[in-house]
Parts: sequence; structure tokens; C-alpha cells
Amino acid sequence: MVAASLSTPTAAAGAGPGGWIAALLATASGGADALAASRQRAAQALAQIPLPSRRDEAWRFTDLAPLTALNPTLLTPAPAAQPEVAAGSLRLHLDGRSDPLAGISLPAGVEPISGAELSETLGQVLAATGSADLWPVLLNGATARSVLALRVRGAVPTSLELVSDAGGGEGILSLRLLLLLEPGASVEVLQVHRSSGANLTSVVLEARLREGAVLRHGLLAPGDGAACLLATVAVEQATGSRYSGVSAHGGWALGRLEPRLVQREGAAHSALKALQLADGRQISDTHSQMVFAGPGGRLEQLHKAVADGHGRSVFNGAVQVPRLAQRTDAAQLSRNLLLSDRARIDTKPELEIVADDVRCAHGATVSRLQQDELFYLQSRGIAADQAARLLLRGFCEEVLQELPAAAAAWQPLVSLLGEEGR
Amino acid sequence: MIRPDAPVLLEIHDLQARVEDQPILKGVSLTVRAGEIHAVMGRNGSGKSTLSKVLAGHPAYTVTGGTVHYLGEDLLSLEPELRARAGLFLGFQYPVEIPGVSNLEFLRVATNARRAGKGEEELDTFAFEDLVRERLQVVQMDPAFLERSVNEGFSGGEKKRNEILQMALLDPLVAVLDETDSGLDIDALRIVAGGVNHLAGPDNATLLITHYQRLLDVITPDYVHVMAAGRILRTGGKELALELEERGYDWVDAELAALERTPAEVL
Repeated sequence: MVAASLSTPTAAAGAGPGGWIAALLATASGGADALAASRQRAAQALAQIPLPSRRDEAWRFTDLAPLTALNPTLLTPAPAAQPEVAAGSLRLHLDGRSDPLAGISLPAGVEPISGAELSETLGQVLAATGSADLWPVLLNGATARSVLALRVRGAVPTSLELVSDAGGGEGILSLRLLLLLEPGASVEVLQVHRSSGANLTSVVLEARLREGAVLRHGLLAPGDGAACLLATVAVEQATGSRYSGVSAHGGWALGRLEPRLVQREGAAHSALKALQLADGRQISDTHSQMVFAGPGGRLEQLHKAVADGHGRSVFNGAVQVPRLAQRTDAAQLSRNLLLSDRARIDTKPELEIVADDVRCAHGATVSRLQQDELFYLQSRGIAADQAARLLLRGFCEEVLQELPAAAAAWQPLVSLLGEEGR
Repeated sequence: MIRPDAPVLLEIHDLQARVEDQPILKGVSLTVRAGEIHAVMGRNGSGKSTLSKVLAGHPAYTVTGGTVHYLGEDLLSLEPELRARAGLFLGFQYPVEIPGVSNLEFLRVATNARRAGKGEEELDTFAFEDLVRERLQVVQMDPAFLERSVNEGFSGGEKKRNEILQMALLDPLVAVLDETDSGLDIDALRIVAGGVNHLAGPDNATLLITHYQRLLDVITPDYVHVMAAGRILRTGGKELALELEERGYDWVDAELAALERTPAEVL
């Protein structure tokens, strides 16, 4: 079995980016866990396609160089210091290897999924959202060795924190998550991914919301230094379901988030609020995709970005409204703050609207800090640099305050902006 | 209250300023002593709002001539925040909305900046809350406005009350209130004017920039200045405001035209 998976990457062996994948696949192959078969399939697929390059539309502005500079090996991080768990919250620790449920008693309404059901279900939401062949998903599939899979029934008052810290080690931390919300279920889930070293956190979440289910989802990801993040959030919604995703990422050498939503029969509610930050030479990227596969669906999307230093921010917001998706109501707004002459912001709505009876609004703004706002603060005795910090904080808070309450313990402002919290 | 021996707080001499390439102020001179309330009246475009912004240090305006001394020091060389910390306050005609910044935090940071300027200790969160709740009464403002973002979604009247609340917290020596009465209904006007009267004292001074007489029905000025075309055309007591109310601004135009014609006729 080891020999079989070793044979696939040899074609790409050698120096250069192709060699990076080959070397990674060599260290990731083998194992007899539940994911072994799907891992091998992903590895084979990955070995056969070139690394995404600037010639690919989806990676046009996003250079993978910070990623391929990392050591192509698997990482099992050591436990790291973490803030106290907020009341009403249950924290699960993800290190890609240990069982996050060991010694944990799950709240009523939440149970693990395993065995045949897991192997059958895993990947279905990726397929439904057209995400199975995305390069970050294949990379995750080829390297993840375990999956945290949970079923939710009824209203669960406890919020779940799914937490990883890649720490200062080198290599790749691959995390795979699956959430199945039964009809009428509701739950709050906060993902927190941190890192401080030359490593990649690769995370793929699949969430299926049955009729009338409600998922309040947060993703807080403060990075540092050479650390990279590739996060995919695939959500499949049945009618009457509500998905609300609030994300904030920044500080990564390369940080890319891909929310991929589909309303299978329309008539569901999706909300996306995001903040991304790029300073220094960081790249902060979001590629979102919303597909209305039925009529009467709603989307509210706000994407905010801040670029400073030589930082680069990329946003691509795809919304697909095919003919059968009549009476879709979608609004997308991209608001960007450009704080330096050398920073760069690329933002692009990508609306494909075929249905004729729809409301689809979109807009994008790029600006510096507003002079009249700065002057107002200065005229109250607040120094220019402090005024600028207050305004920047205000810009970010609009998204950060929508994160699940459990995020407060992680001090989003401090971790993303280096600002003192309140 | 006019006391000829009261200390001079603000001394404006032949002030000239432009915005972009447009000269707006063409030689304004004005002396303000402690205890005085001055009203600066004039039509839109007469330069009265520009005067207030130049005094506060708005970066869009360039001073091209003249001097301003505040407490004997060169005001124009100071950054806007230093002018504020020294006790100069500008009440904005259009207070700025700042989404995401809580009003309470904004007020606390501003108050502490001014306290530092007076050599007083900073107030901690609790001490400040006590202070702000007391000062809220000056403008009869609902404490719920403290929890909101600065001016965001406030009505015109609520914004102006928030300005006077800031004035009450910052304890200025010279308050310049730019069209504080604009957009206010009669009740809001009464409350805002009540706040200004409450805060006016023998040691500070107020400069009211206004278009209408009605503010001066509730705040009695010691001096009224009429501005036109970037200059102070005439100065008088409160009866000058009444005269303006009665005769309108047309005579100002006539007087201005005469003034501008005179040199040509001499030639």
C-alpha cells in the first residue's frame, strides 16, 4: 500500500514547485485510517495537475510562492497556550492526528458520525458545491489523516469551538471537518486557526443544512510571519435553512479563504460577512461562490478588506443565478481600505444572472481613511495616529462584532491588528 | 458679559485663507475676551464657516495671511489636536458619522486628551461614566446614544446635542459653534441653546456662527459681527442682529458693492 501511493508522484519529482508536491505526497502517503482510500485518490489527482499559477484565473493575483517555500512535510503541532473557554462554549482541539473528542462529553443533540456513514457522506457537500477539484481541497484531501464529523439535532445552546494552532513548527497541518444539521437543528460553530511558524494550515469544512436548519458559523484566523492558510468552507442548504458565516483572517504570508455555498432548492437564507487584512508583504485572499439552484433564495454579503505596507488583498465574489432561480434576492458589497501607496487591492464581483425576475445588487468601494472623519477626531484632541487607529478599528469592528460570542476570548482585534482590546 | 479688562483669549488679525485656489477669507480681524459671547452672521458663502474651520485647523484650508493668537500663542502653528487640547472647541455644522467607533469610547478618549492638556489626570472607565452621565443632563440626552457608533444614524437634533455634550465634557476656553442652530426644531434649539448658556461663564468665550436671528433670541450675544465676501463688514451689539432680521441681508450687499466700487471711483 505504501509502494502504491509512492509510485504516483514520481513523475513530478525533482526540484521546483512540482517537486514540492511530490515531496509532500511522499511524506503523506500510507496509513490505514478511514481516510486512506480518499487520500490516495486526492493524491493521484493532485499529482496529475500543475500547481495553480498566475495564469489560472482563480489564482491570477495570488502567488503561491509563500506556500511552496514551506517544508513539504506533515506537521503535528504541540499543544499551545489558549485563552479560557467562555461560558456556554465547548472547545475541541484539532491537531490533525489526535481524536478531538477523546475525554469530551458532547452536549445533547450533538453526536459523532463514523464508519460507513462517514465514508459515504464525506465529500458530498464538496461535490454539491463544485469544490471537490479545487486545488486547496485536493491538497487537504491528500494530506488530512482524520476528520471531525458531527451530527446536530434540535437547538443546541452550547457553541462549539473548533480550534487549531499550528504553532512554530514546520510543515502542513491538515484538518477536515464535517457538520450535518438535521431538519430544524440550530447550532453555533466557531473555527479558530492560529499559527506563528513556517507552516500551512489547510482546513476544509463541509456543512449540510437540512430544511429549516440554522448554522451560525464563525472563522477567526490570525496568522503570523511565514505561516500560510488555505481554508475552504462548503455549505449545502436545503429550503428554509439559514447559514450565517462571519470570517476574519489576516497576518498570513498567504491566507486564502473559499466559502462555497449552494442553495439546493433555493428558498434559503445565506449571509456572509468577512474581514481580511494584508500588511507587510502578506497576501489576503477570499474567493467566494454562491449558487442559487432554486427560486426565492437570499444572500447578504459584506466583504471588507484592509491593505497596508506592501500587502495585497484579493476578493472575488461569484454569484450564480440560473434561470430556475427566479425571485432571488442577492446583495454583495465589497468595502476596501487602502492604507499605503504600495499596498494593492483587487476586488471583483462575478455575477452570472440568467433568471429575469431577480434583485441582485453589488458594489465595491476602495478608499483611504476619510479626511473628514480624521479631522473630526483630531478636533477633539485625538492625535492623528490615534485617530487613524480608531477609524481602522471601527472599520474592522463592523465585521468582528458579528463573530460568535465565543470569539471574544480570542481577542480578535488584538490578534488581527495588534490593537488593545476593550 | 463685556469686561474691557478681561484677558484676551483669541486675537484674529487680518486673517486670509483659501480653499484650493479660491480665496475665501480676505482679512478678518476679531478680538475675543473672556466672558464674551460673539455672534458672526452672514449669508451662505460669506466665509463664516471657513473662519471656524481655519480656527480649528481643517487641512483643506490654507492660511495665506494674517495671524491668530490664542492665549497669546500662535494658534496657526498648532496641529488640530493640540488646539483642542488647549481648549479650543469647534462645534460642527455637520457632525461626522464614524461607524464602528462607540460614542462612549470616543467621548472618553477626547475627554482624557483635553484633561491631559489641562494637566489633569486621565479618568478611568468608571469615573468617566459617572462624569458623562452627569453631563448628559446638560443636553437632556438619552444615555442609549452612548452605546451607539459616533453620530451614526443620529437625527440632526441628536447630532447637535452630541456636539454640545462634547463641549460640556471638554470644558473649552473658546467654543466656536458653527451653525449649531441649523436643522433644529424649536424644542431642540431650546435645549441646545440652554446647554450653551449653561456652559458660558466669565472665564470662557463663545463664538456663534449663525445665519438666523432665532438662535440669538435664546442666547444673547455681547457682539454681533456681519460677514460678507470674506470680511467683517460691520460690528455692533445685539441690536445689529435685530436690524439684520428686519432689513434682511440686502443692505449688506449694497454696502459691500459700495465698498468695492469706491477704490475704482477714486481712480
